[in-house]
Amino acid sequence: MNPLRHPLLLSVLALLLSACGNDDGRTTPGRDRHPKPVDLMITDYGRPDPSVLAAEQELHRDNGDEPQTLDPHLAEGFPAAHILRDLFEGLTAEAPNGRIIPGAAIRWNISRDGKTYTFYLRRDALWSNGDPVTAEDFVYGLRRSANPATASAYAQVLLPIANAAEVLAGDLPPEELGVTALDEFTLQINMRDPTPYFLAVLNHSSTYPVHRASEEEFGPAFSRPGNLVSNGAYVLDGWAIRSRIDLVKNENYWDAENVIIEKVHYYPFEDQSTALKRFRRGRLHWTSEVPVNQFMWLMRHYPEELVISPWLGAYFFGFNLEREPFIENPELRLALALTLDRDLLTEKVTQFGELPSYNLVPPGITDYVSPLPEWAEWTQQERNAEAQRLYAEAGYSEDNPLTIEIRYTNGKNNKKMALAAASLWKQVLGVQATLLNEEYKVFLQNRERRILTQVFQAGWISDYADAYSFLNLFRSGHGSNFYGYSNDMYDSLLDEIAAERIPSRRRRLMFEAERLLLEDMPFIPVYSYVTKRMVNPRLKGWESNVMDHHYSKHMFFLKAASEAYQLRRAAEKLQKEQQEDNDAAATGAGAGEQTPLSEGENIPPAEQTETSGDPDQAASALPEGEAEPQPDDESAGSSGL
Amino acid sequence: MARHSLQRLLGLIPTLLMLITVAFLLMRVAPGGPFDSDKLLPPDIEANLNAKYHLDESLPQQYFRYLGQVAVLDFGPSIQYKDWTVRELIAQGIPVSSTIGLAAMLLAFVLGTTLGITAALKQNTRADYLLMGVGMLGISIPNFVIAPILILLLAVYAGWLPAGGWDWGIASMVLPVVTLSLPVTAYIARLTRASMIEVMHSNFIRSARAKGLPESLIIRRHALRPALLPVISFLGPATAAMISGSVVIERIFSIPGLGSYFVQGALNRDYTLVMGVVIFYGVAIIVLNFLVDLVYAWLNPRVRYDQNR
Repeated sequence: MNPLRHPLLLSVLALLLSACGNDDGRTTPGRDRHPKPVDLMITDYGRPDPSVLAAEQELHRDNGDEPQTLDPHLAEGFPAAHILRDLFEGLTAEAPNGRIIPGAAIRWNISRDGKTYTFYLRRDALWSNGDPVTAEDFVYGLRRSANPATASAYAQVLLPIANAAEVLAGDLPPEELGVTALDEFTLQINMRDPTPYFLAVLNHSSTYPVHRASEEEFGPAFSRPGNLVSNGAYVLDGWAIRSRIDLVKNENYWDAENVIIEKVHYYPFEDQSTALKRFRRGRLHWTSEVPVNQFMWLMRHYPEELVISPWLGAYFFGFNLEREPFIENPELRLALALTLDRDLLTEKVTQFGELPSYNLVPPGITDYVSPLPEWAEWTQQERNAEAQRLYAEAGYSEDNPLTIEIRYTNGKNNKKMALAAASLWKQVLGVQATLLNEEYKVFLQNRERRILTQVFQAGWISDYADAYSFLNLFRSGHGSNFYGYSNDMYDSLLDEIAAERIPSRRRRLMFEAERLLLEDMPFIPVYSYVTKRMVNPRLKGWESNVMDHHYSKHMFFLKAASEAYQLRRAAEKLQKEQQEDNDAAATGAGAGEQTPLSEGENIPPAEQTETSGDPDQAASALPEGEAEPQPDDESAGSSGL
Repeated sequence: MARHSLQRLLGLIPTLLMLITVAFLLMRVAPGGPFDSDKLLPPDIEANLNAKYHLDESLPQQYFRYLGQVAVLDFGPSIQYKDWTVRELIAQGIPVSSTIGLAAMLLAFVLGTTLGITAALKQNTRADYLLMGVGMLGISIPNFVIAPILILLLAVYAGWLPAGGWDWGIASMVLPVVTLSLPVTAYIARLTRASMIEVMHSNFIRSARAKGLPESLIIRRHALRPALLPVISFLGPATAAMISGSVVIERIFSIPGLGSYFVQGALNRDYTLVMGVVIFYGVAIIVLNFLVDLVYAWLNPRVRYDQNR
């Protein structure tokens, strides 16, 4: 019987086909759409040699979601931040590895007390319409950002600036903000507190300058294509709502000669499977994420494209210390913390190489190493034994088990994580845990009110690489202190950190604060985040960094190795044909048939073994795995959790 | 007829007013607000944001302010998509959603009725069972299962069609339209089959046969119109639902239609956006039902409006 004649059978077949997957990694469809690049050659100036660059330098980036706005002072969330980093340039900027480097300011002085910053601006910096970028533009931008009428949700990053709090509260006019233009190219910022991470803040979109004339002319519409005048490496060229945002190179950018990517397209793919399919199709070079639970499949089929690296974010569970049974019961909290087998959780639940965590601040912050509790060194058996002892000491037993509720919200692995925690607690201690899944906003409200919660999911991704950003979450009375944690000693340590300007002393204070926090255990550290995405192997110039900031201006496409190989092969073939006409088949082994694609894509034969890729993209061993991409994805678009 | 139409259109106003009131209250009753997120806002900043969107006013004040705006077709700025007004967002979404929706509806109608009639005329044969079996599958397999399979087969493996995305090209419409139309096709086919069978057994068909009319003429001239009546009344709300966008289809194929404004708007508590799409959906349903009634009257002589008045 021919199954193709029977639609019913055909659809069943299709189902089976997609369920079983493809066992042979080498024949993965879409594989040949990502040809290997040639070896990178760098010139004396640190830029790639023109001879290795591809002819077409057009980048297609998946951005995960539609940006809420391209007004730098109203922007929040990752999608907007990614685009704005291409469009604008702050006083400082970042190297591909995330290190802070001069941006619109070529150098700066910081006064001895850390409270006066003087920035000397580039004299060759221009807006995309040709106007010079002056200190006045930054003054105007920062005042606008702090102005209550602007209603910027992210203006809180400006709070270290003198008078910023008063301006935001409407008690002082925006002109009183501690920002002055000393002359056309010199800017002075006066601080309320010495803020060692302030240079990183000046790279945040809330501090970007705006072009005053166009902002005043177009009002709220100034951030639309055609109106937006920007000072970064790219200019906004088009915006089809929720389809695509197009940027083109800004020819007036001061460093335009080193910007290689000519055009950047950002796509708001909310569904990671769709983005992955488009990537496999060769129509995306960069995805914002990969579908959860497909680690094995991706490692097997796309080991070179899958890029995983640590991210400055922590996932943990919180305790509500204002509600039984966790008031004044650090031993019980420790017991629960001990029981979570983090190796198991990261291996089986999150799966993408997330790092097991035993403290609050994730690794990756320069000059800061978090304290480790004593039990971090123990084996899980030892931890479990200690946990059982503490649990019994707290008065619980098989007949009188602890009953608790775990609250979490939709998205990514939250449900699985809560389930895993509950079953570990049950298995090791006999805890009776109930899982409560709440709609995002309901969850946020309950967590903030601290009336219903007992154990809840929490997490933090920092906007700048500083441990204080994490530690401050546990300050008494802080809005994000969902734990009801209040410790005078901890609070005074935080105050000291805020006022301290000597890095080594500040580091010691932060270490001390985190150690204190780990003793009190108002939370359960679980793991620190990683970023995981698919990147076309020909796209280079970017580096993994803990902030996950990647500027298009640093990137470039290498030629496909097969392009060079094809040329060589054609020459060889010609030579051989001339030598012996009869035996033309003896040319180059292993080259596949050229498959023409419908949409004019020209795919060179996939020659997997001929060249070696970039050294830092070394292919990992392929682990055994199963499963084709599933039509899965419960993840809602919400970020952060 | 004209008088009836006018009455129906005037009836739109109280219905919409009701709709706006209920939707407005429901949105405000939902816990949390548009500015709640993982990163909690300092009180001063939250106050600035509330003031900007007039959320600091009392509820009745906000309600009447909103009614006043709607009266002049101003739906306000979207709270989530800050660079655009709700009117702009909806105006951008309507052509996308209605193109896909109407194309899918047309496909479903043509294919569904053809299949339904075929099945009815071959009642209780193998063809009938096969068609209805496939139809049952079409209804019961959700489109979030079919869509990824279609993408995998036709886009990733075969490489014929794009794997999602929207550029107004025919190629980018094929998969969403087909996926969207499948369950409706199946439903229409079953609906048509049932009513066709019923009609074919009715007295007037029997008398037509007794008069010796050829079967094809009986079907075309006598059976078709009454058999399509239930389908037509299903068409109104179905079309309204289709042109207001499908969240699932839009998400899977990454299409910038209206559907996700409903869901994302509600999840984000984007009050103005949700109100905008609710009003649009309400108007679409009312207008399309009205059109369906007109077609119905044309098809069915037993329902004529102005005769007895």
